[in-house]
Amino acid sequence: MKLSTYNFLTSMAIKGVKVGYPLKLTINKKEVVETEFNATFVERLLPKLDWSAIYSAAQVVELTDDIPAVQPENIAENEQLMQKLHHLLFEIDVLDGQLECPETGRVFPITDGIPNMLLNEDEV
Amino acid sequence: MTKIWKKYILYFAQEHVDHRVAEFESLVKLFSLQFRCLTDHILKPFWIVEFPNDEAALKYSSRSVCLRAIFELWSHGHTAPEFHKRLGAYVDTHKSEVAGYFKPDISFKITVESYNKHFSQREKIDKIETMDYLPIEGPVNLKSPLVEWWYIEFWGLDPTAVPPVPDDIMFGRLLAQGQRHLIKELSLKQRKFIGNTSMDAQLSLLMANQAMVRDGDLVFDPFVGTGSLLVSAAKFGAYVLGADIDFMMLHARCRPSRITQKVRDKDESVRSNLKQYGCADRYMDVVVADFSNPLWHRRLCFDSIITDPPYGIREATEKVETKGTAKENTRTPDMAHYPSTSHYSLQHLYTDLLEFASKHLKMEGRLVCWLPFHRDDYSEELLPHHTHLQLVANSEQTLTGNTARRLLTYEKTKEYNNDETELSARLTKIPTPPSCNEFRQRYFNNAIESRQERRMRKAEQREIGRLEAIKRGKVPADARSKKCDLNKARFD
Ligand SMILES: C[S@@+](CC[C@H](N)C(=O)[O-])C[C@H]1O[C@@H](n2cnc3c(N)ncnc32)[C@H](O)[C@@H]1O
Repeated sequence: MKLSTYNFLTSMAIKGVKVGYPLKLTINKKEVVETEFNATFVERLLPKLDWSAIYSAAQVVELTDDIPAVQPENIAENEQLMQKLHHLLFEIDVLDGQLECPETGRVFPITDGIPNMLLNEDEV
Repeated sequence: MTKIWKKYILYFAQEHVDHRVAEFESLVKLFSLQFRCLTDHILKPFWIVEFPNDEAALKYSSRSVCLRAIFELWSHGHTAPEFHKRLGAYVDTHKSEVAGYFKPDISFKITVESYNKHFSQREKIDKIETMDYLPIEGPVNLKSPLVEWWYIEFWGLDPTAVPPVPDDIMFGRLLAQGQRHLIKELSLKQRKFIGNTSMDAQLSLLMANQAMVRDGDLVFDPFVGTGSLLVSAAKFGAYVLGADIDFMMLHARCRPSRITQKVRDKDESVRSNLKQYGCADRYMDVVVADFSNPLWHRRLCFDSIITDPPYGIREATEKVETKGTAKENTRTPDMAHYPSTSHYSLQHLYTDLLEFASKHLKMEGRLVCWLPFHRDDYSEELLPHHTHLQLVANSEQTLTGNTARRLLTYEKTKEYNNDETELSARLTKIPTPPSCNEFRQRYFNNAIESRQERRMRKAEQREIGRLEAIKRGKVPADARSKKCDLNKARFD
């Protein structure tokens, strides 16, 4: 699971959960997969992302030196930051770990790089 | 002053004819091309179309999967004399443009193509010789000519009623091939990870064109399976994301679909499929998730959603069951991956799908999906609709017997508002189509059975059949060779 995907996932389906976001990420095993930097794509993706969840992902992978806590203005003009965002969002692949619902503590496992967001019948 | 446009011959493969118009309309919109179509009989494999210039024609052919090739039209006639008169006149009036092709150092080839009538090589050469007035001076080069002309005769569509003379005779200079080579390149036969419901390459490519996928788009398939629809979207430059309820499928631990393969390879996955076609960079992720539950953050917005939802024929339509209907013994404490599932009716599924699309598509973004029908009771009013989406294309592919599926393309026309009152208004406007509603039920022509019941019934039928065959003195064919044949049929 890439950290861009992490930014999109919620646990709002769980009965009684109001927001279910951001999920709490734990990484047991990760891998860095180099991919081509596409400035336009990163720029187009930015408005779809929640900065606080970008920052919490950066905290988990200890990249807070690269990613500011508050979303800066005009990111698209800052090539260096764009490269760092690209690395954080697309190149780090969580192979093994978990996502935890912030409200109920329900854990969603990530195995072989794929998060399992299924819920049991009595949870929805 | 009217602009002077150029005329082109569009030569289509006579396959998936019903999707041809939809593809053409999507591509001219994708590239904002102006055009005038001079052919009204859309079933014909040859259309004559005007574009402002070659650049427009080339853009169109750079994406079309229905198109075999596109030609600059030099002459078109309904009779031989008319055709030759026009060809001569074209060469006269376009002297400066065509002179270059006739030079002594320009090698050439003329291909004779006849539709719905066969000609021998000798007859074809005779036809070429009727154009001996063309001032060609270069040498023939059949392998790699610098200029290639096509002489085309169209002898109608009906092989049982070939007319005495051709309906159309055309001549044109080959401008470009369409993208049919991609059908082979992405063929399921060579694909790493496939399943029983992988979409064939041609239809997947058509779907990506319907979605008007552009380089750098973000595309989602909520019923991703083996990712066949994402492969073609990624091939056209999209970044792709998918979800599926089937844990074993996404982890490629389900039974292999190839009869020649006993176990799945370790590296089978949607990701490895993209890698195979050089699109590894376009892989975002796949997630195990039940589409009937909300999962994605409200901000997530897709350029298009391309999907083939389950119809419940080759795979179950299922969703995570709610408490009230839970079966017994479906859970053990360590069975996190397998919540019990219940039937997810097509009607609910499409309601969810349209609502999801209206929420998560960008404005003018497209939802492209299939909907199964019984041909007898199809009518346009039965198609699901939504206040925020407009149906922009609808074409049919017939399946076995009396069934068909329709390729539907919706475009988002209205910004989604989270307002509660609006939500209820929207939802009541989704009709409950009686026929698409319980397609599975109608397909099997009996009430919905559980998969267990169905397996039992099938096994029983097989056993009866086997015993009957033995009674008649037949040696029963073994199941494995039968499966082999089925598999072959599927990929031929
Ligand atoms: C027709 S297949 C799509 C096949 C896919 N196009 C491919 O390339 O393999 C439908 C898929 O929907 C999945 N499915 C069924 N019910 C679902 C649900 N409630 N949520 C998500 N996926 C579901 C099935 O597991 C199956 O893989």
